[in-house]
Amino acid sequence: MIPARFPPNAISGSARRAGPGRSRAVVALKAAAAFGVLLIALPLLSLAWIAIGGDLSPVRHVFSIVLPAATADTAILLAGVGLVTTLLGVGAAWLVTAFRFPGRGFLAVALTLPLAVPTYIIAYCWVEILEPFGPVQTAYRALFGFKSRADYAFPDVRSMPGAILLLGFVLYPYVYLPVRALFAVQSASLIEAARTLGASPAKIFLRIALPMARPAVALGLSLALLEALNDIGAADHLGVRTLTVTVYTTWLNRGSLPGAAALSLVLLAFVTMLILVEIRSRGARGFASSAKKPRAQDPTPLRGLRGMAATCACALPPLLGFGLPAAFLAVEALKRGARVDPGLSSQILATVVFAGTATLLTLLLGAMIATAVRILPGRPAAAAARIASLGYALPGTVVAVALLGPLAGLDNLLAEALSALFGGRWGLILTSAGAGVVIAYMVRFVGIAVGGVEGGFGGVSRHVDDAARTLGHSPGLLIRDIHWPLLRPALASAALLVFVDAMKELPATLLLRPLNVETLATAVYAHAGRGVFEDGALASLLIVLVGLVPVVLLTRASGEAAAAATRRREADSASETAALQS
Amino acid sequence: MGLKIASGAAFAVCACVLAGAASAREVNVYTSREAELIKPVLDAYAQASGTKVNLVFVKDGLEERVRAEGAHSPADVMILVDVARLVRAADMGITQPVDSAALKATVPEALRDPNGRWFATTLRSRVVYASKERVKQDAITYEELADPKWKGRVCIRSAQHPYNQSLIAAAIVRLGPAQAERWLAGVKANLAKKPSGGDRDVARDIRAGVCDIGIANTYYMGLMLNGTDAAQKTWGEAVKVLDSRFAGGGTHVNVSGAAVAKNAPNRAEAVKLIEFLVGEQAQNLLADLNYEYPVRAGIAANATTKLFGAISPDPTPPAAIAAQRDAASILADKVGFDR
Repeated sequence: MIPARFPPNAISGSARRAGPGRSRAVVALKAAAAFGVLLIALPLLSLAWIAIGGDLSPVRHVFSIVLPAATADTAILLAGVGLVTTLLGVGAAWLVTAFRFPGRGFLAVALTLPLAVPTYIIAYCWVEILEPFGPVQTAYRALFGFKSRADYAFPDVRSMPGAILLLGFVLYPYVYLPVRALFAVQSASLIEAARTLGASPAKIFLRIALPMARPAVALGLSLALLEALNDIGAADHLGVRTLTVTVYTTWLNRGSLPGAAALSLVLLAFVTMLILVEIRSRGARGFASSAKKPRAQDPTPLRGLRGMAATCACALPPLLGFGLPAAFLAVEALKRGARVDPGLSSQILATVVFAGTATLLTLLLGAMIATAVRILPGRPAAAAARIASLGYALPGTVVAVALLGPLAGLDNLLAEALSALFGGRWGLILTSAGAGVVIAYMVRFVGIAVGGVEGGFGGVSRHVDDAARTLGHSPGLLIRDIHWPLLRPALASAALLVFVDAMKELPATLLLRPLNVETLATAVYAHAGRGVFEDGALASLLIVLVGLVPVVLLTRASGEAAAAATRRREADSASETAALQS
Repeated sequence: MGLKIASGAAFAVCACVLAGAASAREVNVYTSREAELIKPVLDAYAQASGTKVNLVFVKDGLEERVRAEGAHSPADVMILVDVARLVRAADMGITQPVDSAALKATVPEALRDPNGRWFATTLRSRVVYASKERVKQDAITYEELADPKWKGRVCIRSAQHPYNQSLIAAAIVRLGPAQAERWLAGVKANLAKKPSGGDRDVARDIRAGVCDIGIANTYYMGLMLNGTDAAQKTWGEAVKVLDSRFAGGGTHVNVSGAAVAKNAPNRAEAVKLIEFLVGEQAQNLLADLNYEYPVRAGIAANATTKLFGAISPDPTPPAAIAAQRDAASILADKVGFDR
C-alpha cells in the first residue's frame, strides 16, 4: 500500500531510493510499523467503542458535577507543576552552566537523581515524613514547646499545593536536562556581547538565555506534565481528585465502565494538547542550535555568600526530590532489618520477568519501526512511528481499561480454539502468563524505544546506507550487518529506560497481573493501602535504586556530550587563533 | 529474530506448565481484601483440605476483570468486602447460585443472597472513633456527626470509598434522601481536613490533635493495638470506640463475603472453601486475627468481642443498603464531600 500512494523520491537516484523492493526484511518492517499502529489504535478504538456504545445515563451526574471539578483540579495541578518544574529546571540549569560555585560539578549530576523516584513513592515518603508524628513535626513541636497538633498551624501535605510541590520536585529534571543541554551549547557570543554592553546577569538570563531556551523548556515541560497527568498513586494518596483519579473511581467505585471510557476521552484531550506542544517544540529545536559556531559561555565565578546561595539553590531540589525520601526509605528498611517481607524475592522475580520480557519485545518492535522510518521512503512509515509513540502519553489506567476487553476477548478465542483442537477445558493463557501486563508496558513504552533508536540513526550517515546498497547489500543485510551493530549504544540506553519505566509502572500492573503475582510496585501499593507503607520501604528502595542506573548512565553520557562540546569550543578557538595568525 | 523464537518457546513452556497445573486439585481466589489479612485463613484451608489455593489481590476492579475474562476466567471464588459490591457482582451476572445446606444453616438469611449468589462471611461495624482525652461522651448517633458542635473536629476517608458509600446508603434508607443530603452536607461542614488516607489515619489524626472524632471500621482498632508497628499502637491507645448508632436504631454494620464465580473451573472446591470460611475454625481465626465479628452463631469469647463488646446491628437489611449505593455515590458527589 505504501509505494502506490507515495512513490519513491524521484530526486535521488541512489540505489537506496530506487525502491526498497519486496525483500522479506522490508515486509517485516512494514508489518512492524503496522503492528505498532495497531497496538495504539486497538485500545483507543476500544475506549471510544465502550464510551459510545455504553449507557452513560447512570453516571450523568458525573459529567455535570464531577467532571468540571476534576477538569479544574487537573488544570490547576498541571499549571502548578508546570510552574514549579520550569522554575526549578531552568533555574538550576542556568546556575550550573552560567556560574562556577562550590560543588557545581557534583550538583549538576545530582540534580537529575529525582528521575529515579516514581511519583507514588515520593508521595508516600513525604506524607510519612511530614505527618504529625513524622520527624519534621515532632522536631517542630519540641522546638517551640507545643504539646498537640491543635496548638499550631502546619500546612497539610495532603492537598493541592502539596501535590504540586511534590510532583514538581520529582519531575523538574525533565525540564532541567534539555535546558541544560541547550545552555551548554548556546551561543556564548550573544551573552558575552550583552555582558560587555553592561547587562546584569539577571537581565541576560531573562532577555537572552530564557527566550533562546524556550523550545527546550517546552519539550521538557510537556514530558513532565504528561507524567503528572499519568500519575494516579500520588494524587490518590494526597487526596487530589484529578481526571485520572476520576476515571479510576468512575470505573471502580461508581461502577461505570462507559463513564470511565468517556472521561478517558476527555483526559486524552489534555494529552493531545501536550503532545502538540511537544511536537512543535521538537520542530523548533533547530532555532537554538542554528547560531553559527555554537560554543559554551565561560562560567562566571561566584564567591562567598553568593556562591553558597547558588550551592544551596542547586542542592535543594535533589535533596527534596531524592535525598531525603531515599534516606527515609533506607532508615525504615534498616529498622525492619531481619523482618524482610517474605514475598520480596518472588516480587523481584516477577518484576524482572515482566519488565524484562516487555523490554525485549518493546525494543524489537521499536527498533523495527525506527528502521522502517529509515529504510522505507515516504510518510506512512514516519506517521506510523509517530502514532506508535503516542502510548507514552496514555495514562496507565486508561491503557488498562482499554486493554482489558480486547485482551480477554482474544484470550477466550484462544481458549476455545485450543479446546476445539485438543479437547478439555483451557484457561485464559494470555492472562495467566501475564501477557496483559507485558502488552500494556509495550503500549506505554514503545515510544521510548522508537525515539531512542531514531536518535541512534541520527548518528549513522545516510551515505553509509547508499554505499551499502550500491555495493549490493539487500535492505535486510544492510540492517543486520550495518545498522543494528552501529545502533548498539542507542539500543542499550533505550532498553534501560524501558526496563526502568516498566518496573515502576503501577496502575496497569495492578489491574492486569495474573494470579499469585505481586511486583515490587504492586507490593509497595498494597503496603501503602494497608496503612503500613514503611513495611514496603525495602521494595520502594529497590525500585529507586534500580531506577538510578539509567539516570546515572545517561547523565554521564550527556556529560560526555557536554565535554565534547567543550572540546569543540577549544578546537574552534584554536582554529580561530590560527586563522588570525595566518 | 532469535527473540521471537525465544519468546515463542517461553510461551509454549508457560502453556504446558499451566495445563499441567490445572490437573492438580486447586481453587483460584480473587480477593479485594488485602491478601495478607485473608491469608492465614486460606492457609488453614489448604492445610485442612490439601487443596492448593491460588490468590490474586485486586483491590479495585476485581468484578470488572472477572466480567471481562468471561467464559474461561480462572476465578472460582471471589472474596469481596462491602455488601454493595457483593450485590453488584451478583447483578453483573458474574456469580452463580449455590445451594449448600451447610451455608444455609450457618449464615443468617439476611446475610446471604436469597438465591445463594453470595454469602457474608464476617461482620464489621463502622463506628465513631474519639479522642480519649478530648471527648467526654461514650456514645454517639450518626446523625450527631452533622451537629455544628463538631465543627472542624471530624476526620474521615474519601466518601467514594465503599465503606463510606454503604454508610451513606444506610443513612439514605433510614433518613430519606432529602434528610440524608442535609446530614451529609452537615458532616462535610464539620470536617477538620479534606477526606484522604485510610481508616488508620483517622486514629493517627485524632492522636495528633488534627481532629477529635472520626469514622472508621472497628477492626482497625484491633489491628493497630495488636500489630507490630509501635507507632500505630500509640494511635490506637489514644482513641476510644464510641457506641455508635442511628437514632432509634443500631450500629451500621457491613459485611465481607464470598461468591462462587459464574464460570468457576473448580466449582466443587469453591463451595467447599466458602463452607470452610463460615466454619468454626475459620470464624475463630477471622475474629481473633482480623477483629471481625463472626456470622456463625455460637462463636464464643474471642479477641473481637473482648475489644468491642457484642454487636448490635441496625435492623436495616444489607440488601436495602446495597440498593441505595449508587444514590449514595451521587449524593457524595453532589455535596462535594471529597472536595
